Amino acid sequence: MAHSNTPTLSHTRGDDSAHQHTHPLVGHLVPIWLFMAVGGTLLMLTVITVAVRYIDVGEFNIVIALGVAAIKATLVALFFMHLRWDRPFNLLVFLASIVFVILMMSFCMMDTAQYRSQQFVGNAPDVESTLQSNAPGAPVARFKPYTP
Amino acid sequence: MTTLPNTQGAPVDDHHAHDADGAHAHDAHGEHAKYKFLQHHFETPAHQFDSAKLGMWLFLATEVLFFGGLFVAYAVLRARFPEVFTYSSHYLNTLMGGVNTCVLILSSITMALAVRFAQTNKKNAMLICLVLTFMGAVGFMVIKYFEYSHKIHENLVWGKSFYVPPESEEGQAERMILEKPLPSAPAALLVVNPATDAVPTLVTTPVVEASAIKAASSAPKGLATARQEAKAEHLPVAEHDLALAHPTLHLADPKMPANSHMFFAIYYCMTGLHGIHVLAGMVMLGWLIWRGARGDFNSNYFTPVDVGGLYWHIVDLIWIFLFPLFYLIH
Amino acid sequence: MTTIDALQPATLASRPDNYLTHTRGFLSWALTLDHKRIGVMYLVGVLSGFFVGGIFALLLRTELLTPGMTIPGVTADVYNQLFTLHGAIMVFLVIIPSIPAALGNFVLPIMLGAKDVAFPRLNLCSLYLWIFGAGFLLLSLAKGGFDTGWTFYTPYSTTTSAGGVIPVLCGVFILGFSSIFTGMNFVVTVHKLRPPGMTWFRMPLFLWALYGTALIQVLATPVLAITLMLLVIERTVNIGIFDPSMGGDPVLFQHFFWFYSHPAVYIMILPAMGIISELISVHAHRHIFGYKFIALSSIAIAVFSFLVWGHHMFISGQSPLLNTLFSLISFSVAIPSAVKVFNWLTTLYKGNIALTTPMLYALSFLVLFTIGGLTGIHLATLNTDVHLHDTYFVVAHFHYVMMGSALIGMIGGLHHWWPKITGKMYSEKLGSTACVIIFIGFNVTFFTQFFLGAKGMPRRYYDYQPMYQTYHVISTIGAYIMASGFLLTAYCLISSMFGGRKAAANPWGGGSLEWQCASPPPYDNFATQPKVGDCYDFRALRWDEATQGYVTDPVLAAEAAKHPLH
Repeated sequence: MAHSNTPTLSHTRGDDSAHQHTHPLVGHLVPIWLFMAVGGTLLMLTVITVAVRYIDVGEFNIVIALGVAAIKATLVALFFMHLRWDRPFNLLVFLASIVFVILMMSFCMMDTAQYRSQQFVGNAPDVESTLQSNAPGAPVARFKPYTP
Repeated sequence: MTTLPNTQGAPVDDHHAHDADGAHAHDAHGEHAKYKFLQHHFETPAHQFDSAKLGMWLFLATEVLFFGGLFVAYAVLRARFPEVFTYSSHYLNTLMGGVNTCVLILSSITMALAVRFAQTNKKNAMLICLVLTFMGAVGFMVIKYFEYSHKIHENLVWGKSFYVPPESEEGQAERMILEKPLPSAPAALLVVNPATDAVPTLVTTPVVEASAIKAASSAPKGLATARQEAKAEHLPVAEHDLALAHPTLHLADPKMPANSHMFFAIYYCMTGLHGIHVLAGMVMLGWLIWRGARGDFNSNYFTPVDVGGLYWHIVDLIWIFLFPLFYLIH
Repeated sequence: MTTIDALQPATLASRPDNYLTHTRGFLSWALTLDHKRIGVMYLVGVLSGFFVGGIFALLLRTELLTPGMTIPGVTADVYNQLFTLHGAIMVFLVIIPSIPAALGNFVLPIMLGAKDVAFPRLNLCSLYLWIFGAGFLLLSLAKGGFDTGWTFYTPYSTTTSAGGVIPVLCGVFILGFSSIFTGMNFVVTVHKLRPPGMTWFRMPLFLWALYGTALIQVLATPVLAITLMLLVIERTVNIGIFDPSMGGDPVLFQHFFWFYSHPAVYIMILPAMGIISELISVHAHRHIFGYKFIALSSIAIAVFSFLVWGHHMFISGQSPLLNTLFSLISFSVAIPSAVKVFNWLTTLYKGNIALTTPMLYALSFLVLFTIGGLTGIHLATLNTDVHLHDTYFVVAHFHYVMMGSALIGMIGGLHHWWPKITGKMYSEKLGSTACVIIFIGFNVTFFTQFFLGAKGMPRRYYDYQPMYQTYHVISTIGAYIMASGFLLTAYCLISSMFGGRKAAANPWGGGSLEWQCASPPPYDNFATQPKVGDCYDFRALRWDEATQGYVTDPVLAAEAAKHPLH
């Protein structure tokens, strides 16, 4: 039901027309320098995170990498996506979605961790020999390395 | 009930009703006349804009959860096969990934600027920024194309093809075995069960015997041993050029952990899905450029640009997480 | 509005102008942005889907009359397809969209006193996505069907040779987006299009329920989408993510699948609970008891529903730690539901209960939901679930909650809002008779299945030992009784469209805003913003014999205004 938009600038009150040109009717105007500053920070953080990749800090590598990614994501969300000046409910929606992903991830990883000790790669030797003797033609994936 | 009867509620579609609630209705009526883009069920442009933004954020939440499923799959796979990820990530080109990240960040900047220029009525600047964003998307896809074609050339693909290139002789033979239909049960096994009206049923007699499968501790090379071995010997970093010269270099490497194809499976799934979203973003940007050139956007009405910008930023945001997870594994 | 005919006799002479007659022609319906028309089209689609799913149900119940083949030609493979299709159609095409899309689309904006939902074009898009999804399901039938069960468990779903698996996965993917768009629409509508004076705690409870449902739809359905996408990828290029021989994990599929599908069952039940709140308070002419508790319990159910998905996986290889966690949380998810049931019962107590058809459906809901909910506790308990999982006990439990509660709630709501939607009153006698027949048939069908399951009859089995046959025969007889009840309902409602008495604006004495506009409503619902009061305060209503409906009496209204209830 939306009618096509007709710019109403020419019909506005005369002495406000200059005002109308630079201020939007709705929403919030972000200064250009802020975009540039945030963008520059993001690029810098990218360079930093790539550089850190080549330094060995053991278990912390993933923590640093994801931590930097989280900072970059926060900057994008707050400034580029306007969440800093937007209604709080929009932020809540976004955070809720992340919370649910983390919920799913934590439960699934807990589950996997619990039975990891019972897992090993490939078939047990007796299973393998049973397969060979009883079902030699069965389609089973093989993992032998490629010999050129 | 404290509600008064609505004697003015005539069942006819009458926009010109003058009613007791006149002041309220007149304002709404006036706003709709002033702003043609204002839909009939919203009171003011701010009302419509806020609703559009909330709707878009809800859609972005669904996008986060959509990718979130793949992030969960990644987490589970990486927790189970950490050595696979450590080893296989060397086959990814960190530089290309980093350049892609910077390209997307730059395109995010231009997108945000495009929104601002729409808000301040600078139509040409807005169009330039939208076109630059579009070029960023194109650049991203071009770099991605090079990455993917390189990998496919090296047979770093998903599934069984990872191990045996389908075109090779051995691949053909393997495929013939895999696709051969299972042998049908011998006729002697088919018996007629009189209780079921002469419908033949397959009767099997399972052999019951003690399980011969040994406990896991005596199993062949397991995860723990593979991981220790990987740590003990420093895995060679597969040089970019070296890999080019030797297709299926990974298969000739005796230190390649089992299940390495899993890394590439999840890599293609996640980056591929992200790529599809970039393509969708390009379509969206094209639509915005077309409408913008037509003069649809100005300081009164720039909602599509703003909302499209939100979509573009989430695409960037997801890449910001994908990049370290695949390209920055030490 | 009941006073209109008296005040403006000119409208009687001309053709009545309402949303049905406002514009004519196929395109005016196919390209409509009117939420009422979209709701009606959804209703037609959903009820057709229910009919088709019901045919499959009758076929499979008939097949189960005897062990082995009963209907000539229905082999075990065909039987597998029957129950799979029954499940997939009922879950994805019927119950999930039924209340939100069919009834909610119609009622929600009018209950809010709004002119439309927040995004009317998105609403139309939702409808078309539903139609395309249904089309893909039909396509999958043509391509050879699918026999994986509606749950598509790996490894069978990735290796079965049934040709219809990929089309149905695509179809469900599309239906998922229909659901997501409806959810998005409703969340924004409830947030942004409430009238002045309608704070959150003055909203009708049906809207709280729809809001909670919409939250689940938005947050849970994308996970289904990615699950189905991974399944399609697995079937086509065999990446091995769910294949143990390639390092994958079939239980991971179940985690993914149930992360959506458990909240999905709350998408089914939550709006039905909202309807019951409306039915009970209106037809007992009593202010709902514990409004805030019921409202907040809808949100609590929505949140809790995301924490319990593992209770579908107790015997599938999930770790004992997670089993315990999920079992514990599943017990607690029953609490908000119980809060609602107690509040409804208290609302009925000392109410002026009119045994109208909607009230009979509401009472059926209370009985059937209690049974369904309590048997859920049986299944949430780890040690009993080991024996009951994948037996008919589970089948009975979920039919009690999904059909006996969610669907009954939907049919009850349909009868409640039928005068508003069509402007016609149906025959009370036919309607209530049909409700009783359905109730009896339902219990005969599914209560028997609790015994079947406890005695060990597995679900999804084509063949069974002769000791179960008596129960199966009883269950099938019940199914036929139920089917005749539904056919009678259909006759009752459809015949009312042609010969029914004209409905008043407020035939039941409801207090929410939809009863203030005419039946059927005009094209843009309300010409002016209606005033918002307490929608469960019925003291100002008086029965008007002439129009056979309730009207607001100014004297009673003034009297009531002096003593506000809340």
